Amino acid sequence: MLKDLGTIFVASAIINNFVFTRYLGLCIFFGVTKRLETAVGMSMTFTAVMVISAALSWLVYNLVMLPLHLGFLKIVLFIGIVAGFVQAADTILKKTNPALYHKLGIYLVLITTNCIILAVPVINADEKYNFMQSITLGLGSGAGFSLALVIMASIRERLELANIPKPFRGMPIAFIVTGLIALAFLGFSGLITI
Amino acid sequence: MDEKKPNLLKLIKNGIFSENPVFKLALSLCPAVAVTTSVKNGFLMGVAVLFVMTMVNITVSIFRGVINPKVRIPAYILIIATYVSMTDMVMAAYSRTAYKEMGLYIQLIVVFAIIISRAELFASKNKVVPSAVDGFGMGLGFLGALVLVGAVRELIGKGTLAGVHILGANPLLIMVLPTGGFFVIGLLMGLFNWIEDKYFGGTSGGGGGSHGGH
Repeated sequence: MLKDLGTIFVASAIINNFVFTRYLGLCIFFGVTKRLETAVGMSMTFTAVMVISAALSWLVYNLVMLPLHLGFLKIVLFIGIVAGFVQAADTILKKTNPALYHKLGIYLVLITTNCIILAVPVINADEKYNFMQSITLGLGSGAGFSLALVIMASIRERLELANIPKPFRGMPIAFIVTGLIALAFLGFSGLITI
Repeated sequence: MDEKKPNLLKLIKNGIFSENPVFKLALSLCPAVAVTTSVKNGFLMGVAVLFVMTMVNITVSIFRGVINPKVRIPAYILIIATYVSMTDMVMAAYSRTAYKEMGLYIQLIVVFAIIISRAELFASKNKVVPSAVDGFGMGLGFLGALVLVGAVRELIGKGTLAGVHILGANPLLIMVLPTGGFFVIGLLMGLFNWIEDKYFGGTSGGGGGSHGGH
């Protein structure tokens, strides 16, 4: 059981890293990795939201939707759950911890319409994971995403000073750098076979 | 009516060239890298997005007077989710092999920034016909970009084009692996920038007032 969870964690964090092998969350990945500080704040928020939304949507999907044969509505419901939860977190944080709210405020709103958050419940439903496995997938994916953000932000802070050919400045060079990191991550693919 | 015709053409051109969702706005990149391992997959994905985008723009435009501005984003997401569910079911029923590869990404169309940004920036302020044309043009730009990336990756990675052998060898397998997608898009983006710089005077970002949809 524990070994199984460990496998899911390592697989989702490194081998099937959301950014480098599943290509999810790229908008955020390229958007917030200009500075290391924002990248760190963003990755913590993301991991928390991913774990909680994985748990919530597992409960709703398995205890409400499957018994009622509403599986075909999963896209609508999952996005509703994430949006509702994020909105709630936003309101609660504003009242209880204004300092943290000011740090994370903008990111929280951005999170609702992000593919990486929605992907976790969808993968959980497709793979028919149990409750603990779903949470582990959320945690592992969050860790993998954080790793990707921090690596990329560190590289981009250096890229700012580099002399890049004009047509490649900004987005194109970021893509090529990502390709190189993905190439490195390819080396992990034999680590565990799932 | 005289004014309308060039206007509509301009909207389509806008979607394909000056505000190409992938190469220019850099929006909704996830599927652009993920499913473009072959021309066929890129094409299917592009058609799905084209359909969803046109229908969402039409629907949002029809209901633009009814939707309360305060709840507009949830309303848009519901509209998008409805059409995405339809596309998902049709795909699952009619092209099973392709669906196995790209099912996850079809379901994720629902959170594509490009769709919601067009609904917000264009369809919520314009009449039905221009909105439909705008959605169609943007979708066409997206489709074109996906097919282009798919073609480059399939040709270099597998030596085929739309399933037909051309090179007769397997030159660079890396191109159909995750890494290749990033390289090809990065290089194509650079190429687009270079062409624009060289032949159109390099005044990028001047088209329309609808920039900044990140």
